Amino acid sequence: MKVQALIKPNTYFDSVSLMSLSTKANQIEGVEQAIIAMGTEMNKEVMKNVGLLTPEIEEAKTSDLIIVVKAETDELCEEAFPKIEELFKKKNTSKGKSEVKYSTISSAAQSVPESNLAIIAVNGAYAAREARKALENDLHVMMFSDNVSVEDEIALKTLAHEKGLLMMGPDCGTAIIGNTALCFANAVRKGNIGIVAASGTGSQEVSVRIHEFGGGITQLIGTGGRDLKEAVGGIMMLDGIQALEEDEATKVIVLVSKPPAPSVEEKVLAKIKTCKKPVVVWFIGGDEEKITAAGGHFAKMSKEAALKAVVLAGADESKLNKRALNIPLIEEVRTKLTPEQKYIRGLFSGGTLCDEAMHAAMEKFDNVYSNIARDPEYRLKDRYTSQEHTFIDFGDDEYTQGKPHPMIDPSTRLDRFMQEAKDPSVGVIVMDFVIGYGAHEDPVGAFLPAMIEAKQLAEAEGRHLEIIGYVLGTELDPQGLEDQVNKLLAAGVTHASSSQNAGLLAREFVVKGE
Amino acid sequence: MSKINELFKGKPHVINVGIESFKEDLASQGAEVIHLEWTPPGRGNPELIAALDKLEDAAVIEKIEEANKLAVERIINSQPVLIGFDQAINCVPGMTKTTILHAGPPITWDKMNGPMKGAVTGAIVFEGLAKDVEEAAELAASGAITFSPCHEHNCVGSMAGVTSASMFMHIVENKTYGNIAYTNLSEQLSKILRMGANDQSVIDRLIWMRDVFGPMLRDAMKLHPTGIDLRLMLAQALHMGDECHNRNVAGTTLLIQALTPYLIQTDFTTEQKKEVFDFVASSDYFSGPTWMAMAKCALDSAHGIENSTVVTTMARNGVEFGIRVSGMPGNTWFTGPAQQVIGPMFAGYKPEDSGLDIGDSAITETYGIGGFAMAAAPAIVALVGGTVEEAIGYSTKMKEITTDENPNVTIPLLDFMGVPTGIDVRKVISTGIMPIINTAIAHKDPGIGMIGAGIVNPPVEAFEKAMLALAENIH
Repeated sequence: MKVQALIKPNTYFDSVSLMSLSTKANQIEGVEQAIIAMGTEMNKEVMKNVGLLTPEIEEAKTSDLIIVVKAETDELCEEAFPKIEELFKKKNTSKGKSEVKYSTISSAAQSVPESNLAIIAVNGAYAAREARKALENDLHVMMFSDNVSVEDEIALKTLAHEKGLLMMGPDCGTAIIGNTALCFANAVRKGNIGIVAASGTGSQEVSVRIHEFGGGITQLIGTGGRDLKEAVGGIMMLDGIQALEEDEATKVIVLVSKPPAPSVEEKVLAKIKTCKKPVVVWFIGGDEEKITAAGGHFAKMSKEAALKAVVLAGADESKLNKRALNIPLIEEVRTKLTPEQKYIRGLFSGGTLCDEAMHAAMEKFDNVYSNIARDPEYRLKDRYTSQEHTFIDFGDDEYTQGKPHPMIDPSTRLDRFMQEAKDPSVGVIVMDFVIGYGAHEDPVGAFLPAMIEAKQLAEAEGRHLEIIGYVLGTELDPQGLEDQVNKLLAAGVTHASSSQNAGLLAREFVVKGE
Repeated sequence: MSKINELFKGKPHVINVGIESFKEDLASQGAEVIHLEWTPPGRGNPELIAALDKLEDAAVIEKIEEANKLAVERIINSQPVLIGFDQAINCVPGMTKTTILHAGPPITWDKMNGPMKGAVTGAIVFEGLAKDVEEAAELAASGAITFSPCHEHNCVGSMAGVTSASMFMHIVENKTYGNIAYTNLSEQLSKILRMGANDQSVIDRLIWMRDVFGPMLRDAMKLHPTGIDLRLMLAQALHMGDECHNRNVAGTTLLIQALTPYLIQTDFTTEQKKEVFDFVASSDYFSGPTWMAMAKCALDSAHGIENSTVVTTMARNGVEFGIRVSGMPGNTWFTGPAQQVIGPMFAGYKPEDSGLDIGDSAITETYGIGGFAMAAAPAIVALVGGTVEEAIGYSTKMKEITTDENPNVTIPLLDFMGVPTGIDVRKVISTGIMPIINTAIAHKDPGIGMIGAGIVNPPVEAFEKAMLALAENIH
């Protein structure tokens, strides 16, 4: 095998475009393996791990584009380069020629004065600087980037607060502003419920359930996962509540987060107390008493939060289909499972969906392990090996090194799925499939062959493999909800109608002695 | 109403930085979205980002903006006027009989590339200091010749830029600020001294230029009552389709038209006058050096303004590309390796034959013409390779790294946008956009000459060094 690299100095492409180009490059005939990436330390490490690091690559700078090819012979490597460069060209021509190009936020903002929001999705090392530029130009900011320091986050949020601007993020993946889904969000009806969320998939879930109950969304403001930590102090959540309180179209406010730090919780509760509008609070694993005492409407789970919100917003509860759990189904599955098939394996692309299912399981079991367990004792010892009841958030950093988020790239989760499907102690595998803007174009389709194969394997071994699939999305999403659900059903997968139900069904299928 | 509640009222107008697929999702929802052509600032180098951050401090930025405004004002308000021609020994500061000026930042004889060595030895023979180029090379190596950059003598020189004592120079006076700039005369053809050629035909031409062409121009301009307003003529030439670095068809016609009434009044024979007119007509390049001196004259008046990050010189000696920045006064050069020029070659030559980027002619881009004004000269694209669309793109893109537009020199095709003026080191570093230069290609070996033309960028290192020095210097 030969490895050859081509370095293009000072040539920048975003990581997602390069990943899709890498995928295409790997399909070129004669190419054993190809990687197209910027010369960051992380990318170099990935190349080193797969034996593609050459001396030229080691010399490459962050701003240099690296194309590295492994093939049978040097000739095949050389033949591949022009073909790979061709892939770039195709992309360029589709851009439209007359479009004016800007290189900095300042020049774009000054040339197009209607601009009012910047989405920052660059390497974390540069993100704070770009966000500051945006705020200085009076732009609201949604910062998708992560790996931004807490100090920078505080400085940016303080600046935004002083200027009366939104500073959503860092690490904010979901927002809906003026009925426009930003980054990872779903197409939902316009309505009268506003959401402020420190959790991306949690807020996606609530918005989708509200939509299903016939309600709609005014705005969905993301705060980034660290906003409610002690150091940041909930700056964005407090400003978000304030803005929704002042927003005429919003009748009900929903808050979604992990439980805040105590000092921040106090501030948020105080804000709820004085808020003129009803506030529904879903703090995953949060304290009902305190929230109720502050005048908030406590929700233990996601569907419950959505239900409370739509009812407070004026829906007639008696006319809603609440999608109760299918009790006969639970009975039926229990009879199919052998006594050895004891455990749940939750394989999630959405962090909050994982958290919700895990909390449902923790109510009945004390042997629940996860990479996102709050109690260190219940953290997975080895990320590649499951322990008893195991819930994995594949969006967590340790599983995404050098790869896109599992909502875009299913490969890591797919491998794990096959591993779990072969484990005879597994009773049920529960998985989420997130659709909507930003997500994979056919997430269920990507798993379909594996799910069918796994079912057949189990059957050959004389055991029943129970798979629960939940599709987070609406019929308005580009991928189409119905098509995804039909694919699940065709594979013999049990379809859960919500994140809440997915978690509860998984638990109930393996609970004993009731 | 708060800004947040204002945002809630309608679809957002988004500036998307980074992941491009977000842009497509937004556009499919009917939102207005601009996707930035973003690259990591300072090529991701933390030291450079820290330097940028330092110069963005509120108090510092105000000083810089003010200084840059002044620098650009001086570039724009400069009124360079051609007031005469004379031999270098008579007018260029610091010139001696054994001095040879060259293009670009300082360089020693042993480091010079092929074309520059060819030009230097040719000039030594022309000056009568050696009998042939071999002897000239020995003399050059002996230390008897003083080498110095044109730029350090208020001069510019195209390609090798080799300028010796008896060569005739343009004399361009800045009527607004009083400074003077010089450059020698175009040799017209391709097999010429400035391209590294040095055979007898080259030397003979230089002698004729010294004895006939130069003196006739000198005498003509003595008769001219006001001198020739070069900025005005430049503006006209741009409107006629020149960018005044590599396309000089209109400018040359305008210039010879302005000179003719006085040339014909000189005491030379009709035959000599015809020789001069034929010589000028033999190449469009006649006015090329004139625009370089004009640009140099304007930019020198903007050099040495405290706290300014505006570039006042870009020049190459065939080995190194050097820049000077207004806020770093005197002859402080920041250099990086000279790059290969990419573009079409004359028949029979290949890219490996080309010498690296050379010449002071990038002074035109520093002023805002040449590559920066490509949109004014769609006809140039055939010479330098590329499309009209690209030519227009170059001019608009240069706005991203410049301070202002020059209202005196405009581009009709871009709704009479002024040429992008005042390259800002900070903007180059933060955007990663390099100035665009269109230029000629000399053969890498001495004695051959021009073999093509094309497009080149400065090395980013020169700007990076300047950025760090500025951050150190401005408080």
